[in-house]
Amino acid sequence: MSLLLECRLLTKRYPLRLALNQVNLQLGKGKIVGLLGPNGSGKTTLIKLANGLLTPSGGHVLVNGQEPGVETKKVLAYLPERSYLPEWMTAGQALDYFYDFYENFNMAKAEDMLARLGIDKKDRIKTMSKGTREKVQLILVMSREADLYLLDEPIGGVDPAARDYILNTIINNYRENATVVISTHLIQDIEKVLDEVVFLNRGEISLHMTVDQVREERGMSVDALFREVFKC
Amino acid sequence: MSWQFASDRPIYAQLVEVIQLKILSGEYEPGGKLPSIRDLAAEAAVNPNTLQRAFSELEQKGLVHTQRTAGRFISEDQDRIESLRQQYAKQAVQGFYGRMQSLGYSTGEIVTLVTERMEEENL
Repeated sequence: MSLLLECRLLTKRYPLRLALNQVNLQLGKGKIVGLLGPNGSGKTTLIKLANGLLTPSGGHVLVNGQEPGVETKKVLAYLPERSYLPEWMTAGQALDYFYDFYENFNMAKAEDMLARLGIDKKDRIKTMSKGTREKVQLILVMSREADLYLLDEPIGGVDPAARDYILNTIINNYRENATVVISTHLIQDIEKVLDEVVFLNRGEISLHMTVDQVREERGMSVDALFREVFKC
Repeated sequence: MSWQFASDRPIYAQLVEVIQLKILSGEYEPGGKLPSIRDLAAEAAVNPNTLQRAFSELEQKGLVHTQRTAGRFISEDQDRIESLRQQYAKQAVQGFYGRMQSLGYSTGEIVTLVTERMEEENL
């Protein structure tokens, strides 16, 4: 089996804290994976390492068998947890920006998704609500025909209806051999769309199973298991 | 309009039940074409791989079959569907009967209650 994302003894140390401690993780193709853990458990650090935005303090992270770099950025689509589009841009300009940057950006698909949401290409990012901005950013990322999608908190700040829209967009747009990693702590909302879950606890992986395995073996939902494991 | 699932059992097993019920009730007609995995996954708001697994199970039960390139179809075997339907009905009755008994009703009382209910329906 070829792996899309692999971590070998991956460690990240910040000056005062150990964010990831010798993490081993293997993710194959064609899956939707939930990267779950409470705040500060290392989810964003892991995603940033895979993107090459941070460098490991120890161990390795491989995307499609390669260390993060120009080649891996071509096949990896990343949705950061924060808004990063310049406020002066219009939706149409943001699309052009992505089209210029990425060979695998499917303009027709992006335009279609914008139109369906009733977002005009002339609308400025500045005037959009938080939910609309998040949708536009998701459209940009999901319109790339990538192999690996890393979505950091894609449903964090939006209302339940927008959440459904976002999840539907993910289901409808990921390609058969692509893998989507969704980091979140809002498990209940996304449990049904996940194949596998990875629990991250204080920088270590405490569980990696399929959703149906959790339900079969533990007799409870991932949400219930999460509440049990991470009980404060 | 996504489907509802219980939290304590595997989702694929619940998908099997929902789709099976649609076939047994005739909502999905014998020999009819099923929606594509992608469309149905979007409708149910579930993972396409989970739905795929549910379809494999329905294929094993002989309720669904795949024709290469053409898609996925409901079985044309009406006898098979009918026998599963009767089996399902039997289980439903057994479940009901069991619950009524645990409430302390005798068989006679249960029959009376069901008859009364039927008369209400007719009105």
